[in-house]
Amino acid sequence: MALKLMKGCEAIAEAAIQAGCRYFFGYPITPQNDIPEYMSLRLPQVGGCFLQAESEIAAINMVYGASGAGARVMTSSSSPGISLKQEGISTIAAAELPCVIVNMMRGGPGLGNIQASQGDYFQAVKGGGHGDYHPIVIAPSSIQETVNMMGKAFDLADDYRIPVIILADGLIGQMMEPVEMPNNPDPVKKDKPWAATGYVPGGKKQRAVINSLYIETEDLDVLHTRLSATYDRIQANEIMVETYNTEGAEFILCAYGTVARVCKAAVRLCAEQGVKVGLVRPITLWPFPTEAVHNAVAQDSVKGVLTVEVSNGQMNEDIRLAVNGCKPVEFMGKAGSAIPAAEDIAERIMNMRRA
Amino acid sequence: MATIFKRTSVLTDVPFHYCPGCGHGIVHRMVAEVIEELGIREKTAGVAPVGCAVFAYNYFDVDMYEAAHGRAPAVATGYKRVHPENVCFTYQGDGDLASIGTAEIVHAAHRGEKITTIFINNAIYGMTGGQMAPTTLVGQKTTTSPLGRDKDHCGEPIRMAEMLATINGSAFIARTALNNTANLNKTKAAIKKAFEAQIAGKGFSMVEILSPCPTNWGKAPGEAMDWLAENMIPYYPLGIMKEV
Amino acid sequence: MIKVTIYENQCKGCGLCVRACPKAVLAISKTHLNTKGYYPVEVVDQAACIACTSCAKTCPDVAIEIEK
Repeated sequence: MALKLMKGCEAIAEAAIQAGCRYFFGYPITPQNDIPEYMSLRLPQVGGCFLQAESEIAAINMVYGASGAGARVMTSSSSPGISLKQEGISTIAAAELPCVIVNMMRGGPGLGNIQASQGDYFQAVKGGGHGDYHPIVIAPSSIQETVNMMGKAFDLADDYRIPVIILADGLIGQMMEPVEMPNNPDPVKKDKPWAATGYVPGGKKQRAVINSLYIETEDLDVLHTRLSATYDRIQANEIMVETYNTEGAEFILCAYGTVARVCKAAVRLCAEQGVKVGLVRPITLWPFPTEAVHNAVAQDSVKGVLTVEVSNGQMNEDIRLAVNGCKPVEFMGKAGSAIPAAEDIAERIMNMRRA
Repeated sequence: MATIFKRTSVLTDVPFHYCPGCGHGIVHRMVAEVIEELGIREKTAGVAPVGCAVFAYNYFDVDMYEAAHGRAPAVATGYKRVHPENVCFTYQGDGDLASIGTAEIVHAAHRGEKITTIFINNAIYGMTGGQMAPTTLVGQKTTTSPLGRDKDHCGEPIRMAEMLATINGSAFIARTALNNTANLNKTKAAIKKAFEAQIAGKGFSMVEILSPCPTNWGKAPGEAMDWLAENMIPYYPLGIMKEV
Repeated sequence: MIKVTIYENQCKGCGLCVRACPKAVLAISKTHLNTKGYYPVEVVDQAACIACTSCAKTCPDVAIEIEK
């Protein structure tokens, strides 16, 4: 397959279509506008349906309806719009519905700005809506990886009947990179006996009830038992992480998304100065790769850990939990700031080394 | 002897949880009968959001969704876009449709979404214990307008049927009431027309139904029906507001 | 012959059927409770019934069946 220069947002939309997504409900918000724009042209070409909703709240509820009807469905937005969708996402999680939600993170809080940011980690990973639930959260660091992850995201959503969040940032959305796009004109349709597709009394298919209300405590308890079992299975089988140059490293960098690419450059800069630095890059932010982080950091050679984020330190908390005090963990990053330069990261490592 | 009135099989045999004299049970029966009479039960899905009718999935023996407060028209849009050949209805109260869900219902009509909305206007929030709704009448006492709704403080009640009838995407909009047999018959006829407008693909359809809430109005069921006739019908004129 | 059947244990004693009936065929029992603890409606004058089905139409609990 030939490489094609594509803009992140458009590549994501095309990859979703190749993954069998035929329904998209969205709303304009920078920096993810090219996703609904692209979908509005392409989905009708593949017999799908694009609809611009009156708000992000309506959009996520249209996703609830379409997913409950058995379709592969997606929505996308950016930070403030994702905040509006939180009740809907919690409801989708409770109704055990599959869907994919793309968040092109931008500067926050409030209207913030439209630059790349990683300020929505807590919202995505810890569950931004009410109640105990987990969306699967995937954080790609390149356009190609995002494209590769779309098929996986829809499969995970269907297999575990769970919302899957693609946590990208404005950079991935607005950059252009050469990508190899999968070609999958008629993707396999998963059997969804629970979906609302019509009900014949006495027939073999059960009546569909797409619902998140469990008014009796015992019933809500049954739901949580089922959800916990699902989450355990996901944590056991679906963790994705990249460990880069960590064997015998003196320091370990932890970063995700586009920041992790800058960290790789910092690793090379440190190597030029004879200091071996490794990088642990969580790809699934939930389920979080706790063990991989711990194993890399626990090596005798490792003196310390530096987490780098474009935020005031959110994933850093999960890194500290994973490290569990066996090595010192420091943080580098500032909310609303630009993506850090490799040189600055390398310099910080050198300072840690001297300390 | 022939049976001339019997419970439709489109209703499950789960007894309604509604209060004695509540209008919901009456309208549930009518909607279920219309679904049976139009022969569409196998391809019909209903969406009931938060409100007294949130348990409608226990009562209608068709595919059912329970939706977040105010969002049923959006959920129904999602369903209908996936199954355009099927029939979809939302069943919403006034707190749901005329307050938190105003944007969703207006835009469903604006898009000419081919869904049918059954809108129960009982001028109050029932499930949560009798608070003022956008449809609460001026002077009407509720738990959040204890001295009676004051229009200078929080405006006058909203007439949804008229509002939605101005939107081009609306194909059939009517308002009926439940207070006597004649109006009961008109209500069922309107519900049937609304579903027929959907099936014919004409666009969005809605029936606003003035319905009693004895418990939260603090009236016996019969008195509630009389109060409805004397106070609600004058403010909410009955009839077909739009028919394409 | 017209027969009005009341599904007594579905009735909540709201009385709307009694109010709707033009022939006073129905009345709320004063002596007997149903399983829900309501005084249910009873057929007190079946002969007067004209099978207009007003009672069944206004019943919020679909507790009335009519044969003719």
